[in-house]
Amino acid sequence: MNIVDFSLQEQMVLLIAALVLFTSFALLAQQRMLASIHVFAWQGALVAGATALIAAVYDQPHLYFSAALTMALKALFMPWMLHRLVNRLGIQHHVETVVRPSLILLAAAALVVFSYYVALPIEKLSLLSTRNTIAISMAVVLLGMLMMVSRRQAVSQVIGFMSIENGLFFAAVVSTHGMPMVVELGIAFDVLVAAVLFGVFFLQIRDSIESLDVDRLNRLSETRLVESVREAEE
Amino acid sequence: MAIDFALAAVLAALGSSLVSTAAHKVPSVLRYLAFPLLAVSGAAATVAGFMVMGNGEVLVTTLPVGLPWLEWQIRVDVLSALFLTIIGIVTFAVAIFGPGYVREYEHGQHPLAQLGIFTGLFITGMLLVVMANDAFLFMIAWELMSLSSYFLVMFHHEQAANRRAGFLYLLMAHVGGLAILLGYGVLATFGDGFSFDAMRAAPLTPLWASVAFALTFVGFGMKAGLVPLHAWLPEAHPVAPSHISALMSGVMLKVAIYGFIRVTLDLIGDVHWGWGVVALLIGSISALLGVLYALQQNDLKRLLAYSSIENIGIIFLALGMALVFLGTGLPKLGAIALVAALFHTFNHAIFKSLLFLGAGNIVQRTHEQNLERMGGLLTRLPYTGFFFLIGCMSIAALPPFNGFASEWLTFQAALQAAELKNGVLRALIPFTAAMLALTGALALACFVKAYGVAFLGQPRSRRVRHARKTAYGMRFAQGLLATICVLAGVFPNVVVNLLDTIPRMLTGTGLQSATTQGWLWLTPVAPGVASYSAPLVLVGILVTWLIAWWFSHPRGARSVRRGPAWDCGFGPLGPTMQYTSTSFAMPIRRIFAPVWGIEEKIERQVDEYGLRVSRLSHQQRVYDRSWAALYEPIARWVQFAARRVSRLQQGNIRVYIAYSFFTLLLLLWVIS
Amino acid sequence: MTGWLLALVQLALFVLGAPLLVIWVKRVKCFLQNRRAPSMLQPYRDLGKLFRKQVVLAENASQLFRMAPYIVFAAMVLAAFTVPLIAIQLPTAAIADMLVLVGFLAIGRFFITLAGMDVGTAFGGMGSSREVSLSAFAEPAMLMVIFTLAMTAQSTNLSSVMQYLIDVGLVLRPSLMFALLGMLLVAVAETGRVPVDNPATHLELTMVHEAMILEYSGRHLAMMEWAAQLKLMIFGALVVNIFFPWGLATEFTLVAIAIGIAAMIIKLAVLGVVLALSETVLAKMRVFRVPEYLNLAFLLALLGALSHIILEVGV
Repeated sequence: MNIVDFSLQEQMVLLIAALVLFTSFALLAQQRMLASIHVFAWQGALVAGATALIAAVYDQPHLYFSAALTMALKALFMPWMLHRLVNRLGIQHHVETVVRPSLILLAAAALVVFSYYVALPIEKLSLLSTRNTIAISMAVVLLGMLMMVSRRQAVSQVIGFMSIENGLFFAAVVSTHGMPMVVELGIAFDVLVAAVLFGVFFLQIRDSIESLDVDRLNRLSETRLVESVREAEE
Repeated sequence: MAIDFALAAVLAALGSSLVSTAAHKVPSVLRYLAFPLLAVSGAAATVAGFMVMGNGEVLVTTLPVGLPWLEWQIRVDVLSALFLTIIGIVTFAVAIFGPGYVREYEHGQHPLAQLGIFTGLFITGMLLVVMANDAFLFMIAWELMSLSSYFLVMFHHEQAANRRAGFLYLLMAHVGGLAILLGYGVLATFGDGFSFDAMRAAPLTPLWASVAFALTFVGFGMKAGLVPLHAWLPEAHPVAPSHISALMSGVMLKVAIYGFIRVTLDLIGDVHWGWGVVALLIGSISALLGVLYALQQNDLKRLLAYSSIENIGIIFLALGMALVFLGTGLPKLGAIALVAALFHTFNHAIFKSLLFLGAGNIVQRTHEQNLERMGGLLTRLPYTGFFFLIGCMSIAALPPFNGFASEWLTFQAALQAAELKNGVLRALIPFTAAMLALTGALALACFVKAYGVAFLGQPRSRRVRHARKTAYGMRFAQGLLATICVLAGVFPNVVVNLLDTIPRMLTGTGLQSATTQGWLWLTPVAPGVASYSAPLVLVGILVTWLIAWWFSHPRGARSVRRGPAWDCGFGPLGPTMQYTSTSFAMPIRRIFAPVWGIEEKIERQVDEYGLRVSRLSHQQRVYDRSWAALYEPIARWVQFAARRVSRLQQGNIRVYIAYSFFTLLLLLWVIS
Repeated sequence: MTGWLLALVQLALFVLGAPLLVIWVKRVKCFLQNRRAPSMLQPYRDLGKLFRKQVVLAENASQLFRMAPYIVFAAMVLAAFTVPLIAIQLPTAAIADMLVLVGFLAIGRFFITLAGMDVGTAFGGMGSSREVSLSAFAEPAMLMVIFTLAMTAQSTNLSSVMQYLIDVGLVLRPSLMFALLGMLLVAVAETGRVPVDNPATHLELTMVHEAMILEYSGRHLAMMEWAAQLKLMIFGALVVNIFFPWGLATEFTLVAIAIGIAAMIIKLAVLGVVLALSETVLAKMRVFRVPEYLNLAFLLALLGALSHIILEVGV
């Protein structure tokens, strides 16, 4: 099976898959807060575009709805909300320092190869022509996790989390042409609620520990607590 | 016939060692007798190697020495022949270089006899290693090589640092030797005998085959200087006299490669692709770290020693690819990778010896080994400068020189990774090839630095400014090696045709189409896939050069005027204003900072008003991280264990007798 | 025979047309920045003037310094000899594949950096040191692009790659898209354009190429300048003819060759506009930001190779 044998629309889907992967890398490398929100919005738009494309190619009208939902939620609403949040928190121009950025990107490339290795047996089961994209969507999920591991800033962690969700959704769309509508709606709603909750949560932790650095939450561990109490007693 | 030449080479080397015993009374024996004998030995080994490679025969004979049940067997096949040729050519060049080089030792208190004796033994050992046909002779020759080179490293033993380097070398050589011995032990157990023929027939289980591979990989890898087992190499190679450094870096490391190929591809035979992945990864790491460390050295010979680690890494990278291809049932591609590895082995032997001889020439003429004190040597030592330039261009892999041809073949082998079934391997090999590209570009940076700082610019010290005139023999030796670099680069087909017999013998498949398009074209896979014509490249460059020269010198072109260099209007430029070796490497040091341990100390004094800097001193030390990461923990552990064991040492004679007594009892019990 | 003749014609176009591409970019930039543009013949006048001028050599310049301009120029001409500009399947294409082409560029770099160190001024050393450090990062990216192309077309010969891409027709390949982006970044870095280096100035602390050739004058300087212009042309031809191979002459008829020349002019002109636009929009980077920029190029090229392996070939 070679790309030359695919139809133009299928090639488009592959191209979009590659672009989604690229946005994941961009998210991982991007250190500016506003820019990474924009990249995240682009990722959502790409996923929505792929969904619409698949709806058109395979004549699955319900996917148009999913596409519209994804577009509205992931490409417009959530970035807008994050944008507003960042403005309210006053960290628009925050530049996060990532430790050893090139090492992280290398690890990310290794993760892509790894997910390809893992996805090979699954791909053999799926009969759709776009099955190669499963590896890509798995890589997007893993890269999202890597982003959550490597970032300290809470907002970037949320972006990582959302891009994991993008990866899952993308996998569902390209491999099985979408999940049942109920599940899809449920997930969308969940993500929406999560986003709102995160927003509230950020304001709260900022108020209580005066930072959005999640490493500061270490202080809440029990041993540290005991130590600080002891220090206070002395 | 060929085997007579090979044995003659051994005898001549031994003879050179014998006559050198007289050198402590008559120092000139070394120049007039020992080195000519070495030259004979080198020439004989080269002839033998070419004869065997030419007709592809396998020659076997038995020496009338050895154990009663195991006489020493000698076998020369095409693989041995290649390495005989390598040893032969470099030995010949060193033998011609040597007389001029050791001349200055004749008036000092240096033990010349020791130098001659151990050089002869060293070469004898190497020759016997590649000719051995049983593990017994192999190990004896191997230890002969290691031990005699230890004494050569210790030649300048008056300095404590050199003694330390020598001891480290001896230690590592023996740990490596032990691993090789154990590897042979595994093979001998299954093959029921120490002769290589028995080992070849050994029915190994996959697990034991992997154990044998791991042991030999560690053993030979240690000798070859793979990261992280390389720590001895940059300590030991630079402190030996330069012609010995050439032999050690140029040839001894290759003998380790020979051992690795012999055991893996010939004796074990049935390779697993996983081994290839190990060799590939370790090889690419060695290549990259080797060149990064080389870039930061200010000692010319140390720089060359680290660059040897890099090249050994490239060779192992290609060998790893060969193992991967052979292990996954693609012998044709395996043959390309193997030929690439062997070609690079040959090339590295030639150009690294050339560079070490050049470095030796500089050291002898200027008594400086530190790049920071050199400069402007091209106008002072024009021959050395020219030959060193050819060496640098070869090692930096510039077409049409020989280093390029072998790296090009390596890349071609890597490009065929698309044929592999395993998707991860398909992704891994391009990545290692990209690391190879990075290594190549850094090697270029490294040798631009070495050449630019040593040979160009203004001299940075008095002795360098007054460097003059090199002995003819030394010039000739460098010229010979430089010529081989050019010839092997411009006519890679000839070399590839000779090397092609080796994969044919080991795996039964050779390069079908490499040279089918005639002597002008090298087409390793197929003519449509990739082609390279080194002769046309050379002709093209020369013709364009001539045309450009003719075009830019019309009749009546104005002559050249000399003037001072642009100094921004601040008066003459002094030698201290040039970029130094340290400053040249600074951008890369900053970008790859975590790779090295760097200690930097900057002191600045300002004048009384605090406005102008009146004095600035900058000290910097770059050290190898492998020490802190690997060697020091091991050393601590060994010391700890030794302290524990030392409790056994009581000083009481009766306690010792009791130890013997109990040992005897135990042994008797075991035997019964 | 026609093949060799055509190869020579193509080489002549390459060598003589190289200054035109540079001045075209310069003119578009002037237009964008509301400046008066120099005439299209200006670079030829400059070269001519330099060739007529007397050479002033630094007092301690060695033989290598005098040889280097010719070697650098010869290396670039040889590289141009093997890059298809208007036609493919020329006999010269077999002399060298893409890897050898990289080797030719390396010869040029080797000698230009050595020449920079020869006189022993701080400027030259600085330029050389930066040049070799930065190009070390461009090399793996370039190789990854070559790998992607070679895996796609099963060949490293430029001609065969282009032939394959023409034969297959329009296929949307994610790998080639990434490879193109990576290649563009590498090309900008290798030819010393903004934002990596600025060819327009001499006295800027971040300069690289100009610092190395600071001591050259007269015909030597002309050779060096011309070689730099050729290098830009080579990378331009690589970018447009690999990724947009349409219009290249595949047979040696007059019509095909005329179409080839026209297509080449149009494609290079468009590329020149893109280059001028990006140079107008972007500011020059700090030297130590360049490795990050080239890492991005490597990442793009790596993604290209990976997406070829994962997406474009089935098991």
